[in-house]
Amino acid sequence: MTSVLYDVPGPRAILRNRIIGAITILVILGLLAFTVYRFASTGQFSAAKWYVFSFASVWEGIATALGATLAAFGAAAVGSLILGFILAIGRLSDHAAVRVPVAWITEIFRAVPVLVFMMLLFYGLPYVGVRMPPYWAVVIALVVYNGSVLAEALRAGVESLPRGQREAAYAVGLRKSGVMRLVLLPQAVRAMLPVIVAQLVVTLKDTALGFIITYPELLYYAKLLMGQSGRPIIPSIIVIGSIYIAMCLLLSWFARWLEKRTRRSPKIPPNVTRADVATHDITQTQLIATQNTGYDPSKPSRR
Amino acid sequence: MGVIFDHIDLWAVALRNTLLLFFAGGGIALVLGLIVGAMRVSPVPIARGFGTVYVNLIRNTPLTLVFFAFAFGYPQLLPSPGYTVLAIWALGIYTATYVAEVVRAGVNTVPVGQAEAARAIGLTFGQVMTLVILPQAVRSVVPPMMSVFIALLKNTTVAAGFSVLELGSVRAYLSERGENALIVLLWVAVIFVVLVLILSFVQRRLENAWRIAR
Repeated sequence: MTSVLYDVPGPRAILRNRIIGAITILVILGLLAFTVYRFASTGQFSAAKWYVFSFASVWEGIATALGATLAAFGAAAVGSLILGFILAIGRLSDHAAVRVPVAWITEIFRAVPVLVFMMLLFYGLPYVGVRMPPYWAVVIALVVYNGSVLAEALRAGVESLPRGQREAAYAVGLRKSGVMRLVLLPQAVRAMLPVIVAQLVVTLKDTALGFIITYPELLYYAKLLMGQSGRPIIPSIIVIGSIYIAMCLLLSWFARWLEKRTRRSPKIPPNVTRADVATHDITQTQLIATQNTGYDPSKPSRR
Repeated sequence: MGVIFDHIDLWAVALRNTLLLFFAGGGIALVLGLIVGAMRVSPVPIARGFGTVYVNLIRNTPLTLVFFAFAFGYPQLLPSPGYTVLAIWALGIYTATYVAEVVRAGVNTVPVGQAEAARAIGLTFGQVMTLVILPQAVRSVVPPMMSVFIALLKNTTVAAGFSVLELGSVRAYLSERGENALIVLLWVAVIFVVLVLILSFVQRRLENAWRIAR
């Protein structure tokens, strides 16, 4: 997706673009070829390096580790959504006594790195007599961090709604809770769905921090594999990496699909979905470009 | 405060390394991110394709795994320049994908009329970009870019899993000296809150100073 920055290329521009394209290909293929050459010359493709992956028990281990990753992700996703709603409602409260402390808590939760929070729970709490299993340290840290990020997203969603929505809801006689629950939050959630799912991708990736506090998830298992006979370090990285990329791409694809669906909806004003420059791709530039000229900027045509 | 002043040597090194990871990793991320971001808006389809593949692959890999590849994989292929340098590269390459996305989004926020007017008076693609689009894009990019750098600052702690002495790993060193891990980690958390608050403050200042009236 690009904006309309350049004209439809003429003969000279086409030639120049082809030359730049060829150079790009050469540079990138050169880098790839060098990596593959180093892999090959250090024997990363030899049978001995991949030997461990011929055992069913290794794949069972990977499946167990994958289960552990997904278990942490599932609990963290549900928990952070719940916490996100609670904190968002707290920050939107009319009472300063609720709003101000919740705002501070959200800011602090967002500022502390997830890993430091995990270590705080896992290594720190035993000093006050609470022994926490690594699973709960991972889940709680992820819930706290992502919950406060989601709370900010939901708040931004509610605040970007037109004032008339709230006023109309009060006018038909709804109470404060009804206005929030029936009118504002459903719209905010729909507008912010892409952000919410994108944050879930972050949550899934961050479960990989668990291996630092000895939670036996995928990366932890990858490190175990690396110590096996033949020391299959590169093969382990390739296999485990592919699993992560596949899972995250699935979630990202789901996010894009949701974004397309919600953008098509006539019920959401277009300015709501442009609340955040970094996370939203469609822009006024593109909207105007596609509407006025029938020209699709994502496909520079060769007319 | 005793935990800090009794071991000021360790804390100083840890803080220095955290800042080193932040600035060096951020530098790599900026340069690489600008290149990839430019590739993604360029008129050359192949460059766009490679940019997209790079961003999608790295963005969907956990940072910990990128660290893994650098800390354990890289020394298999080439002589290792040391864990700190590898950690800087891991952070830089990972963060570059976010920088690239912000750059691309920033270019897309410039109204289409600006590019059209610039082309109408006969500027070339290079001139359109450097004289008209980029100066405007840079301004709208400041707040999301600072968020990327705040995330980078917090991500430096991941180096704790790979024997780099920084704020995330200072607990392990102090536990050996018999300190209370809870208090150490609470101090680490406080330091991060302060550092993030400083960055947020800079973000707000830049945002106000560079706001575009449209």
